[in-house]
Amino acid sequence: MLSNLDPIVLARAQFAFTMSFHIVFPAFSIGLASYLAVLEALWLWTGREVFINLFHYWLKIFAIAFGMGVVSGIVMSYQFGTNWSVFADKTGPVIGPLMAYEVLTAFFLEAGFLGVMLFGLERVGPRLHFVATLMVAIGTLISAFWILSANSWMQTPVGHAVNADGQFVVVDWFKVIFNPSFPYRLVHMVLAAYLTTSLVVGAVGAYHLLRDPHLAGPRVMFSMAMWMAALVAPIQILAGDQHGLNTLEHQPAKVMAMEGHYQSHPDGAPLVLFGLPNQAAGRVDYAIEIPKLSSLILKHSLNAPLAGLDTVPRENWPPVPITFWSFRVMIALGFLIFGLGLFSLWARWRGTLFHSRPLHIFALTMGPAGFIAVLAGWITTETGRQPFTVYGLLRTADAASPLAAPAVGSSLLAFVVVYFIVFAAGAIYILRLMAASPHHGEQGPRGDVPTRAAGITPASGVAGQGALS
Amino acid sequence: MIAGIDLATLWAFIIAFAVFVYVVMDGFDLGLGMLFPLFPAKADRDVMMNSVAPVWDGNETWLVLGGGGLMAAFPLAYAVLMPALYTPVIAMLIGLVFRGVAFEFRWRTTAARNRWDLAFALGSLVATLAQGIALGAILQGVHVEGRHYAGGWWDWLSPFSLLTGLALVIGYSLLGATWLILKTEGALREKAYRLSWGLLFAMLAAIALVSIATPFLSIQYAQRWFAWPNVALAAPVPIAVAAVTALLIRSLGQKQDSRPFFLALALFALSYAGLGISMYPFIVPQSITIWQAAAPQNSQIFMLVGVAGLVPLILGYTGWAYWVFRGKVRAGSGYH
Repeated sequence: MLSNLDPIVLARAQFAFTMSFHIVFPAFSIGLASYLAVLEALWLWTGREVFINLFHYWLKIFAIAFGMGVVSGIVMSYQFGTNWSVFADKTGPVIGPLMAYEVLTAFFLEAGFLGVMLFGLERVGPRLHFVATLMVAIGTLISAFWILSANSWMQTPVGHAVNADGQFVVVDWFKVIFNPSFPYRLVHMVLAAYLTTSLVVGAVGAYHLLRDPHLAGPRVMFSMAMWMAALVAPIQILAGDQHGLNTLEHQPAKVMAMEGHYQSHPDGAPLVLFGLPNQAAGRVDYAIEIPKLSSLILKHSLNAPLAGLDTVPRENWPPVPITFWSFRVMIALGFLIFGLGLFSLWARWRGTLFHSRPLHIFALTMGPAGFIAVLAGWITTETGRQPFTVYGLLRTADAASPLAAPAVGSSLLAFVVVYFIVFAAGAIYILRLMAASPHHGEQGPRGDVPTRAAGITPASGVAGQGALS
Repeated sequence: MIAGIDLATLWAFIIAFAVFVYVVMDGFDLGLGMLFPLFPAKADRDVMMNSVAPVWDGNETWLVLGGGGLMAAFPLAYAVLMPALYTPVIAMLIGLVFRGVAFEFRWRTTAARNRWDLAFALGSLVATLAQGIALGAILQGVHVEGRHYAGGWWDWLSPFSLLTGLALVIGYSLLGATWLILKTEGALREKAYRLSWGLLFAMLAAIALVSIATPFLSIQYAQRWFAWPNVALAAPVPIAVAAVTALLIRSLGQKQDSRPFFLALALFALSYAGLGISMYPFIVPQSITIWQAAAPQNSQIFMLVGVAGLVPLILGYTGWAYWVFRGKVRAGSGYH
């Protein structure tokens, strides 16, 4: 059966599957690492016990999520070679150094300080421990910087030439790193990570407040999370809009697919709210449209002409239905998150932030919304780039390894089985931790064994912690 | 050329260094995983796990640098070797997934702890075996046409690659056992001494077998080692192996604390140097040299700046993390 399948389709499925699993964890650990740094800073600053309890509570969850992010990330880093070897050969001189810099500046920083962050509070004392937490948080952001630079270059490649072997060769590193879509993509992704984390933190807070609105820890985390949602969601909508305009400039076919514009509109394009994109017929069936709105959003003018996919050679069309739908899922969730932020502001103003059941139920159901929005966003941008891996220059079909379908198919199957076992277990352990509310004297990771390593804990570390807690 | 130094050779040394750091650092924690089944008591396993929990992630990052650096500095070699080693690489990744998550998962469940312990041990074994097999498969050479791998899906599997796979399992286990001598006390440490004796002799046998088999793979390997004047340059390696072995036997006999681990590392370094002597200047043996595979100079220089500035820093804070968690790990006293 496997040999009838196209190895490129299988390789793409494998990349999409492993990537979709992976992206969830960085999105969560970028936000959570920063949140942990903020909590520890607040603890050092105010000395209030609630902050260190919350820190230890989220640290255990972070440890599990980070571990899963690491192992699924190692898979990603080798997949370029195993399944996309022609891509690796041709783009290696450009993408390779960017990823090597990610390892050198981000992964080592995170990994090096992670051990101290997880297990070292009593060994190094609170201040040095805070430095470790800060290094891990900074590491996650540096990692986002490089990987989004690499991805953005594949979307909007500049600053390169092509040599006799067909390899991309860098002419100007500054242009490659700060390529035209990079700033928009980086801001959009980091904000998405922060929103994703605030929704999870908010949902956990809401869950415990629904049972007892007087719990100190859940109150603090819920309040912080709702501030984050209220402040960042509108900024994210603006950033998304700017990113869209940038995409229109550099990857017009992607925007056509997102908007469902198979046809050109010489005098003002409508916004297709819903409909069924029909790739074969080249039209959107059963479309519900708002006239002129697409032109207004994209060109800031009601009657501005917008080109459609009919101006693009058919072999360069992205798969419109996927791009179209994933884009709508992301937008809808974005506005729901915005709505949650507004609701929380209103409740805060009325003084019912910790007692409003509708707000808590809303926040609880929105817990996974950030993950879904991030995934939908990545699906939009990655499928919208098709059929190219390096936009306009290297076709996906020409980037794959010379492998037969059974090889790619069986490894895909193996990853599916392994990921479902491992990540289902991880999700259960995380949810189990979340189901308990943060309590007085919360311990960090490995709370099941005695607190102190007898005789080898520096006295200053213990004294320092005692003084501050 | 930059300042009289050949960039491709420089990068070959950098990649070789990254891979070697990976081998010695992840080697002992993979080895410790493989020894798990021999230590059935929960308390022992807790101590073993805690002895590497704060540092394993940093250890494994060197694997990402080795792979990522290869793609960046020698994209052609990466593009040829990865499809050639498809199955062992996928197996290694899956093994690393299981053992990586076990570090956190086994503390979060009582009911399934034994299952995650098993995942830790099996994952370590599969990853190690796959790395050893991949090494053998590279040494025996891969079939290249143009800029592509042109061999079959099973080419990596041979008696020789199985031998190198087994050799690495033994070698990492020795590193794991000597690491336990360094980090533990009491009965656990006594058992680690006993295991180290057996593993040391098994490793010597494995080194001997691989050394005997390698010249038969290709006439070039044979000439590299046995033709004059190469033999004069290569001879110190086996002599040094004998010397290190003698020291290791003595340190085990005297029940020294840290020396067995570092001498086991020295054995690895010598074996690794031997591989380098066999392969240089090929990066894909008999097919692609480091100069043919090298990325454009511009890319190699760009990264060289980062490596020169950052690797010392990385080694610095990694060393600090090891220093923070120095000393013996005692039962029931996890790091917090």
